[in-house]
Amino acid sequence: MITARYAREIPQRYRLEASKCAQCATVSFPPRLVCPTCKGRTFSTITLQNEGKLLSYTVVRVGSDKFSKETPFAVGIIELKDGIRITTQIADANLEKLAHGQTVRLVFRKIQEDGKAGILCYGYKAIVV
Amino acid sequence: MRDAYVIGAGMTKFGELWSNSIRDMFVEAALKAIDDAGVDHIDSMYVGAMSSGLFVQQEHLGALMADYLGVVPMPATHVESACASGGVSFRQAFLEVASGASDIVLAGGVEKMTDGADVTDALATAADQEYEVYHGITFPGLYAIMARAHMQEFGTTREQLAAVAVKNHRNGSKNPNAQFRSEVTLEQVIRSTMVADPLRLLDCSPVSDGAAAVIVASEAVAKKLGKQRIRVAASAQASDTLALHSRKSLTTLNAVVAAAQKAYKMAGKKPSDIQIAEVHDCFTIAEVIVSEDLGFFEKGKGGEAAANGLTSLETGKIRVNTSGGLKSKGHPVGATGIAQIIELYEQLNGKAGARQVENARIGLAENMGGTGASCVIHILEAL
Repeated sequence: MITARYAREIPQRYRLEASKCAQCATVSFPPRLVCPTCKGRTFSTITLQNEGKLLSYTVVRVGSDKFSKETPFAVGIIELKDGIRITTQIADANLEKLAHGQTVRLVFRKIQEDGKAGILCYGYKAIVV
Repeated sequence: MRDAYVIGAGMTKFGELWSNSIRDMFVEAALKAIDDAGVDHIDSMYVGAMSSGLFVQQEHLGALMADYLGVVPMPATHVESACASGGVSFRQAFLEVASGASDIVLAGGVEKMTDGADVTDALATAADQEYEVYHGITFPGLYAIMARAHMQEFGTTREQLAAVAVKNHRNGSKNPNAQFRSEVTLEQVIRSTMVADPLRLLDCSPVSDGAAAVIVASEAVAKKLGKQRIRVAASAQASDTLALHSRKSLTTLNAVVAAAQKAYKMAGKKPSDIQIAEVHDCFTIAEVIVSEDLGFFEKGKGGEAAANGLTSLETGKIRVNTSGGLKSKGHPVGATGIAQIIELYEQLNGKAGARQVENARIGLAENMGGTGASCVIHILEAL
């Protein structure tokens, strides 16, 4: 991954920075230039809470080439306490015991490697609490 | 807007066509469509393709195909809307004829997927690269998340999903252009290799090569050629958030609901008027959800309907994917939306052979991109 492209997303991937609409308080993650609710264009930056619950999930058995050595791994959609939903891996999980509604917490982990000479790419993964 | 008609159709066989290049496949389908229509020229053309840049490192498909079809300097445009590229190509051709700008337009679609690209990675470009794919999710994985949510919310079962694959393989076995002409059993589906729980290999449409093309013409041209028969009664398109997780519901596809509402209104029809439907069954769960969002069945009842034969060629109240669908006919992504139109064209003309639905007069095609972030719906009516 080109380092500039990677660096641009660091506030979201490392720190869960989101935008809150000054007009209607809708929270967007990642931040947007136009509020999807009221079309407002003024925002403040907030940090999302790192706890939430598992809405649905899968266990990826066949990955793209980049993730082929990681399989099987769980990926789910998490609803954070702020109401924001994200897609993320569920780390250190017993794949047989995942369930809807489980409480999870986001932790900082390595997500992928960019080939032999590229950068290591980090971000959030969920762990079952 | 003025009326537009489908007056000709042609396609390659779908499958692993190792000896055919992307340009040869497109030209083969286009020539068949032109010959079938009996036109001596076309005014313009559209080429639907999702990602020829990643699959064969070739972009600029509009000009390439016009060149090899021998129609330069005619205008030719490449259209991309992920897996809905073919349907959007057809819509552009329809709009160009309906607006009066052109009289005869070719709408085509093509994809060459077996030339060695990382197909899983290429297809994943239809999802959000930074906030979905970055985390390792694949397309089967995204639909698996929808499937599990549908099972949780409505009690949809593993066997009900499998019933969709069994039905579509049975239909595809009757389609000479299908990639898989073999039937599968419920047992085979639920014992096939796990791809992304709960979806297995036989829940997934295959990796395919192929091309398809149709000719859209004005009423005057259709009349002159004696082909004033299959009218485009509706064309509608809608969008949704790119990321699945950004939506309020994981089990309703709002773009399908929105496009369907517009299409039914434009055609003056309701869901119960539709006799045959080609829907985007990239995975078995997709057909279940779409059959609900098109209004054929109540929300949550799509799986049960498929398992009870309500969508089958033999006993259906509405026949869904008579062609075999993406599952069995194959899914060369950009060609799929056009191939759906071709199945309706053949059915409404009474030329669908062993798959023919008696007295078929009204058909609907639903083609969608990504996890339903774009959807294009057409209704064709035989006059």
